[in-house]
Amino acid sequence: MPTPHNTEAAATMTTAVIDHHDAPEHEEHHSSMPIDNRKLAIWTFIGSECLFFASLISTFLVYRGQSLKGPGPKDIFSVPLVTFGTAVLLFSSFFVVMALNGAQEGNRKKLITWLSLTVLAGCFFIGMQVYEFSHFYHEGMGYTTNLFSASFYTLTGFHGTHVAIGTLWLATVLKDAIKGNVPKEKALNLELAALYWHFVDVVWIIIFPVVYLMSLGS
Amino acid sequence: MATTVLDPTHAHAAKRSAVVEWLTTVDHKKIGILYGASAFIFFLIGGLEALIIRTQLMKPDNTLVSPEMYNQLFTMHGTTMIFLAVMPLSAMFFNFFVPLLIGARDVAFPRLNAMSFWVFLLGGLFLNASFLMGAAPNGGWFGYAPLSSRQFAGGLNMDFWVIGLQILGIASLAAGVNFFTTILNMRAPGMTLMRMPMFVWMTLITQILVLLSFPVITVALIMLMADRTFGSSFFSWAGGGDPMLWQHLFWVFGHPEVYILILPAFGIISEILPVFSRKPLFGYSAMVFSGAFIAFLGFGVWSHHMFSTGMGPLADSFFSLMTMLIAIPTGVKIFNWIGTIWGGSVQLKTPMWFALGFIAMFIIGGLSGVMHSVAPADLQQTDSYFVVAHFHYVLFGGSIFALTAGGYYWWPKMFGRMLDEKLGMTHFWLMLVGFNLTFFPMHFAGLLGMPRRIYTYPAGLGFELYNMMATAGAFLLGISFLVFIVNVIKTWRGPANAPADPWGGATLEWAIPSPPQEFNFPKLITVHEKDALWQMKREAGVSRLPEPDLVSGKGIHMPGPSWWPLVVAFGILIFFIGFMMKDPWAFPFRPVNILGFAITTFGIFKWAYEAPDAHAPQH
Repeated sequence: MPTPHNTEAAATMTTAVIDHHDAPEHEEHHSSMPIDNRKLAIWTFIGSECLFFASLISTFLVYRGQSLKGPGPKDIFSVPLVTFGTAVLLFSSFFVVMALNGAQEGNRKKLITWLSLTVLAGCFFIGMQVYEFSHFYHEGMGYTTNLFSASFYTLTGFHGTHVAIGTLWLATVLKDAIKGNVPKEKALNLELAALYWHFVDVVWIIIFPVVYLMSLGS
Repeated sequence: MATTVLDPTHAHAAKRSAVVEWLTTVDHKKIGILYGASAFIFFLIGGLEALIIRTQLMKPDNTLVSPEMYNQLFTMHGTTMIFLAVMPLSAMFFNFFVPLLIGARDVAFPRLNAMSFWVFLLGGLFLNASFLMGAAPNGGWFGYAPLSSRQFAGGLNMDFWVIGLQILGIASLAAGVNFFTTILNMRAPGMTLMRMPMFVWMTLITQILVLLSFPVITVALIMLMADRTFGSSFFSWAGGGDPMLWQHLFWVFGHPEVYILILPAFGIISEILPVFSRKPLFGYSAMVFSGAFIAFLGFGVWSHHMFSTGMGPLADSFFSLMTMLIAIPTGVKIFNWIGTIWGGSVQLKTPMWFALGFIAMFIIGGLSGVMHSVAPADLQQTDSYFVVAHFHYVLFGGSIFALTAGGYYWWPKMFGRMLDEKLGMTHFWLMLVGFNLTFFPMHFAGLLGMPRRIYTYPAGLGFELYNMMATAGAFLLGISFLVFIVNVIKTWRGPANAPADPWGGATLEWAIPSPPQEFNFPKLITVHEKDALWQMKREAGVSRLPEPDLVSGKGIHMPGPSWWPLVVAFGILIFFIGFMMKDPWAFPFRPVNILGFAITTFGIFKWAYEAPDAHAPQH
């Protein structure tokens, strides 16, 4: 530990322990834009992810109706179930906004309640997808059965992976919140996860009509 | 976040060994040097592959290597040079110099930066490990399906390629997020966007290209990996799939990739020319906007790589037109570079010679590029040696000349030693002559009809002389880089003799000692104009910044070392190696994937929760 004649370093070190983040300067932190590094990074990453999902969705659309054998979407989709899952996922975006609101107010109870609901909604959606996939598999639609199945599983599987990562992320914030480690100033920790969560939701808003509804209509 | 307080009066009690220090470093300058050293070794490996290729083609009906070996050599030569040499050599300059040029202490995410490097290095070693298994990738650097599909490439060869590229993509994306954030958020007070050095601008635009193009190749590689590992038919006619989708996705990434390779080179040249001409860069804002315009157009021209696939006249015309348009902003850049030199008091030091060489060579490459944009002409030239000549004029005559120029220019800052001017000039002339002797004759060989990727050719077609010349030139090129290595060794043995500002620089990195201290800037500098250092020198009338407390850096917090970036990189490698196993579809039971995933997740959690003072100095 610092010795008394090195009080300046000791003082700055203490500051660092209280308020540490990935920016290297603390005593004279300077940012050229009014946005936190981590927030900008998440937005940048989301921008990149848009192209990732755009490529997957394009592939699904290019191969629509190109399968040489069945089953096709009409034989297999259960729209009511997925509509319910979609609704739950959309509501979770509302839940996480309420949780963030609680974090920013320093209202721990509000934070924990709404964040738990968000995590539950995430788990429900993943559960729904696991059920859907295993159901399809037992109906005879494996990953390699045809172009539809491969592009469907790849697109929705990667979305599901994103939901799982988001749920895990939110769950770790929830763990910290229950331990009492998310004070007002740390609301950004939740905000970052929430941004990612909203993005994952928005992607599903595109996937749901494009994959499920359009396939049935044509 | 581990935090180290720099304070020379209290040295670290537990001195870490040098190896541990390099393995755990999060200092952007050290990471830059790691990138440079690894990329240079990969560059030599890629060069060696090229020399074997050229020796094989030296005379007709040669049998030095087998056709199978030849396929592996040209595939690995292309893949190595693009992903393991030129991109990471640019990354060396991003890492070392972007924070210095914008007056920052570090990048936005130091540990993410370390992770990018380790993922890159492991990915590169993984790709080259294929040679040891006797199964180097053999389907060309753009891995066209179905040539790269299970049906026609059953061995592990293309698995190495698909998985290696997937790993390297993660490194590029992480670096893209990091540098985008760093440049937008970490600039010194007063450094507005339009006061940023041109290299920083070109880096920013390059990162945008990385962020928007790499996800596309990631998706394409995922599908190819699924085809190869699990037996789906995304790119196989037999299952209804379409190999054209591979080409579209590949080139939506692949064409912007060309600008990812050349824009940093433009940036380096735009730093060097003003300093050695003693004149500010001519047309700064035109340079910025032309760079952005090139990047924008770069996304609209991918199908000019596919004229011969029969897309139809409408698509061919559109992509022809878009491609020709790119010549306009590129021409703007070249005129501005010439305008910078024009009327300046030019100092012909080694970096300046390489920069001038770049301009001349890049013009030749650019002109043959415009020739390709004409679809009917392209139909004749494509997949001939004319194309090989063209892209080497752009990639070697462009990127490598500029990177070498940057190497000579920034070497004193990086290592505190001046490289020898005489050996530098020898390097330059050998490289210029060798380069032109290698690649200029290829234009003629190509127009005579010599196809690219051909393993050998019969006598009597008129190819002999051109190939003999090209092979001789290739060896000259090889020798020129030996001269560079001799230069490095010679000056390394000498004293650390580089002053802070050996060239009379215009930008902030020259305001601090060579090599810079860990904290870069003792005090954050406020910037009032572009060419900030020139402006400060003008006002202060001295060649160095008036610096109150250059050595101590007392109380400055720098991020402490961390093992977790390395652990995460290993986890990612192991996760992807799992996909080499072509079992039937058995996802939940793939132990290697699961092990890699577990290590990655564990590493990320330890990283996120790393105690702030884990490695703080003990007294």
